[in-house]
Amino acid sequence: MVVATCILAMSVVRQRLHDFMRMIQPDEKWDCTFFTRKEILRLHGRYHELAPHLVPMDYTNDPDCKLPLALIVNMPELKENPFRNRIVESFSEDGMGNLSFNEFVDMFSVLSEMAPRELKAIYAFKIYDFNVDNYLCKEDLEKTLNKLTKEELTPEEVELVCEKTIEEADLDGDNKLSYADFENMISRAPDFLSTFHIRI
Amino acid sequence: MQVRPEKRERGKRRRAKNDQEAKGRERDEEEQTKIKSAKTTKTRKKEKSRKTEEEEGEGESEERNTKRKKKHGSAKKEEKEEDGGKRTVKEKAQDVKKKKHKKVVETSSEQETSEESSEDNEEEDNEEKEVRPESLSPEELEKLKEAVDERKKLIQGLRGKPWPMKKKLVTLRESQEFVEKYEGALGKGKGRKLYAYKVMMTKKWMKFQRDFENFKTACIPWEMKIKEIESHFGSSVASYFIFLRWMYGINMILFGLTFGLVMVPEALMGRPYGSIPRKTVPRAEEASAMDFAVLWDWGGYAQYSVLFYGYYNSQRAIGWLKFRMPLSYFLVGVGTVAYSYMVVIRTMARNANESGVGDDNSFNFSWKMFTSWDYLIGNPETADNKFASITTSFKEAILEEQESRKDDNIHLTRFLRVLANFLVLCCLAGSGYLIYFVVRRSQKFALDGLENHTWWERNEVNMVMSLLGMFCPMLFDVISTLENYHPRVALQWQLGRIFALFLGNLYTFIIALMDEINLKREEEKIIKFNITMWEASLYNSTVSENSTAPPVTIHPADVPRGPCWETMVGQEFVRLIISDTMTTYITLLIGDFLRAVLVRFLNYCWCWDLEAGFPSYSEFDVSGNVLGLIFNQGMIWMGAFYAPCLPALNVLRLHVSMYLQCWAVMCCNVPQERVFKASGSNNFYMAMLLVILFLSTLPAIYTIVTIPPSFDCGPFSGKKRMFDVIHETLESDFPAWFSKVFSYASNPGLVLPFILLMVLAIYYLQSTSKSYKEANVELKKKLQTQNEENKKKNKRAALKAQMDLEEARKAASQAAEQQNNNASLQEEETDGEENHGSNQRLHHSKNGRNPPPAAGEQECHPPATRAPVPRTYHHGNHGAPGYLPGFSRQSEPRMYRVPSLQRH
Repeated sequence: MVVATCILAMSVVRQRLHDFMRMIQPDEKWDCTFFTRKEILRLHGRYHELAPHLVPMDYTNDPDCKLPLALIVNMPELKENPFRNRIVESFSEDGMGNLSFNEFVDMFSVLSEMAPRELKAIYAFKIYDFNVDNYLCKEDLEKTLNKLTKEELTPEEVELVCEKTIEEADLDGDNKLSYADFENMISRAPDFLSTFHIRI
Repeated sequence: MQVRPEKRERGKRRRAKNDQEAKGRERDEEEQTKIKSAKTTKTRKKEKSRKTEEEEGEGESEERNTKRKKKHGSAKKEEKEEDGGKRTVKEKAQDVKKKKHKKVVETSSEQETSEESSEDNEEEDNEEKEVRPESLSPEELEKLKEAVDERKKLIQGLRGKPWPMKKKLVTLRESQEFVEKYEGALGKGKGRKLYAYKVMMTKKWMKFQRDFENFKTACIPWEMKIKEIESHFGSSVASYFIFLRWMYGINMILFGLTFGLVMVPEALMGRPYGSIPRKTVPRAEEASAMDFAVLWDWGGYAQYSVLFYGYYNSQRAIGWLKFRMPLSYFLVGVGTVAYSYMVVIRTMARNANESGVGDDNSFNFSWKMFTSWDYLIGNPETADNKFASITTSFKEAILEEQESRKDDNIHLTRFLRVLANFLVLCCLAGSGYLIYFVVRRSQKFALDGLENHTWWERNEVNMVMSLLGMFCPMLFDVISTLENYHPRVALQWQLGRIFALFLGNLYTFIIALMDEINLKREEEKIIKFNITMWEASLYNSTVSENSTAPPVTIHPADVPRGPCWETMVGQEFVRLIISDTMTTYITLLIGDFLRAVLVRFLNYCWCWDLEAGFPSYSEFDVSGNVLGLIFNQGMIWMGAFYAPCLPALNVLRLHVSMYLQCWAVMCCNVPQERVFKASGSNNFYMAMLLVILFLSTLPAIYTIVTIPPSFDCGPFSGKKRMFDVIHETLESDFPAWFSKVFSYASNPGLVLPFILLMVLAIYYLQSTSKSYKEANVELKKKLQTQNEENKKKNKRAALKAQMDLEEARKAASQAAEQQNNNASLQEEETDGEENHGSNQRLHHSKNGRNPPPAAGEQECHPPATRAPVPRTYHHGNHGAPGYLPGFSRQSEPRMYRVPSLQRH
């Protein structure tokens, strides 16, 4: 009897686990991201944790729920990052920072260790492009620099650094960095891969 | 009943399909002509519009054009890929054509047609999805197969695409459906079954790989621990722990090798303890063999166990498995070294690939700007430190940029640097001599007998080595303040000096050991002689008493034996490792933990702020710890041959230090104030590891090759040299021809040319890599000069444009007077416009998917700035009926645009 109930209980548990797995389609996401099943489940846990009353555990019928930027930015992984708002915004579909679970997974997939340099470079460019015009112009660079140094440099220094940066990286001489310039620069950066990743 | 309708349907479909094909072809041709004519129509259109439209309207259209181009630029790649994915079988061949056309279209500035065609594609795709695969001809099948393969490729490469997740999922589902649908139906007759089988197997294999990957990620230990440290201390501290974990992995494998192939077989199948002299504690030591002090020194029972070389028997095959023990021992020793070399070199190569060519300093500011923030940081304190360090690094860079290095009093700094190096050399020499002296002294003690000496005298060597390793780096640190180097350079010097110190100490230790080995061998000779005398006397006595009695059995503990230098070497290394581990842990506890406790609690009742002031909390010393780890590994490699227990000990040590150091870092260290590159030095550490590996295998190999093994202990006893075991195995375990071949192969006549060949190959590879490097540098130079030229050109262009604008304004005011030559003006104007178009095209193709930069922009702006001028003019000439209102304004672009041609 005991054995039978045990087996029954086990099978029920397994069934439920299986259902859960199917709900958030980890295998499908595997093809789209750099995560394994376990990691995707963990990510779902984190996502659920952010707003337990908003995010359902049940993902069978693909509910359309999005978390606002303010919630996601408060994750410990992002909290200290000076570019946190830009990161979340550049991964959201609407550009306002509301992330569905799919986009959430996508974000951490790009920021994971496994993602190739090219992919990371594309999103890094998006992140540093504050005024979403597909160029890193002086304004963007100033914003980046001020966020990096907590505005402790004098305006002249900021000006100088921005000029120098553009001078170094601008290949076509239009006084702003296009993606090609950025990629050329970042592809040789020794630290880019090791610093542009978040472990979840 | 059911078959017939299906057949009918199929027929219908076939017809429909043919129709579609024809349609598609038609459409394609149409498109071709369209594209060919597109240019001309466009220009015609433009002419028309120019004639009829107002000036502002044209400006708008131009703007729209550039905008579209922009959008197109960013979307182009995606579009292409999407097309690649959504393409179906039938259109394959036609599509290739289309693609070519599309490229042409895309390089020209009009892309309306291409958009249209891609839309068409999609429509056709949807229609054609319903076509039955069974009804396809072989060529079509071939195409279908290709398409399926393409889809599969798409699925595989999907994760690397910079698309939003929704799109990825949709594409994935679509292409998976497609693959599912057509995959099974592919192939006919013989090929079909095979294909289906193949597909099934690949599916199974994929699933297995996935599960395996899942399993692998689940198996990586300490992931969360490292993550936590990473978020607190940044990537440089975490890199130490990742390195530690990597080391742990390597040691696990080494441990598996020695444990599984040497220690366990000997313990299970070899002769048991006490059966022969080498496996028994001698009578003289029996009383104290179980004492803790003796065991702590790895004497007594520990010495006569599987842990050390001397315990192993030279019996060729043991147990019912006929396990070749001596051969296995030898091969495991060689395998350990070979495996380590392989792993280290492979990792180095991978690191080199990853870090790329990041040596040049051409992007100093850009790199600082875009890669200096460590995205892993998740701790406010660390983040503050990082902000501060980034700010200072920027300030330093600015200073360096603003003024070339101020070399005030260069003589003083030079003198100080020389002095510092001299002091360091003195330190190194002193520590070397100290070790040599101590080892010599310990030999004297050993000759006297260890029992008469104090604990300090017995453990002097290890303690002195550990203490030197602890205090000399601090001394170097003090000395290096004299030098006034840039911190990064200073760090490298410091690392180099510590490396030299450790290496020097290790080598002095080895040289002293060699002395001892020689002593032992002298001793061995005497003992060997004595033993023969002893045996002879024993034999004589038994013979003289009664000749028929069985030979006397002597208890193995009573048999006199040689000193067995191999075990001695093994013991020394084990002791060294133990004392090294102990010092590391104790310094950790005292230097970090105790200091942190004192600072924390004495701060309440102290006269200055301890936390911010002098002692403060300690920082985690990444480089020192990595060096310690590397040297520890070097000792393992050196000693593992004579003490099979060393890898096991090391695994234990690494395991403990993982937990201990994680705890210590989290509880009593503060984040570093100045953070240096972590990744760039990664390969630096690996190179050190390689050097150490090489240097530590040298003495081991030397002893194996040159010194004959002890006559009465170890797996090679009775042989002239240790590697004779290979020869022996070849002779007795392999067929005769094999040993013959081997002897031919090992003949110097063959080996020498082979070595020569290898040297030549190395030389060749090196020279080619050198030439590649040179080519790289050349290319870089070219790129730079090109950049500069580009910039100059652009500047010149901007200037010219300004001048042209001025001229144009003048011309516009003059144009009021010359109103009669309308027709000629019109011609020129169209010329200019066409040129302008080609101009843009040129830009477009040059920058790939980027919208046209500078020149294009400049050309776009003038209409806006120009607008007011003509308007005033227009108002002025309002009443003049003889000419069309647009013309006088059109003369401006001509004046402006014609010169713009010469720029490019």
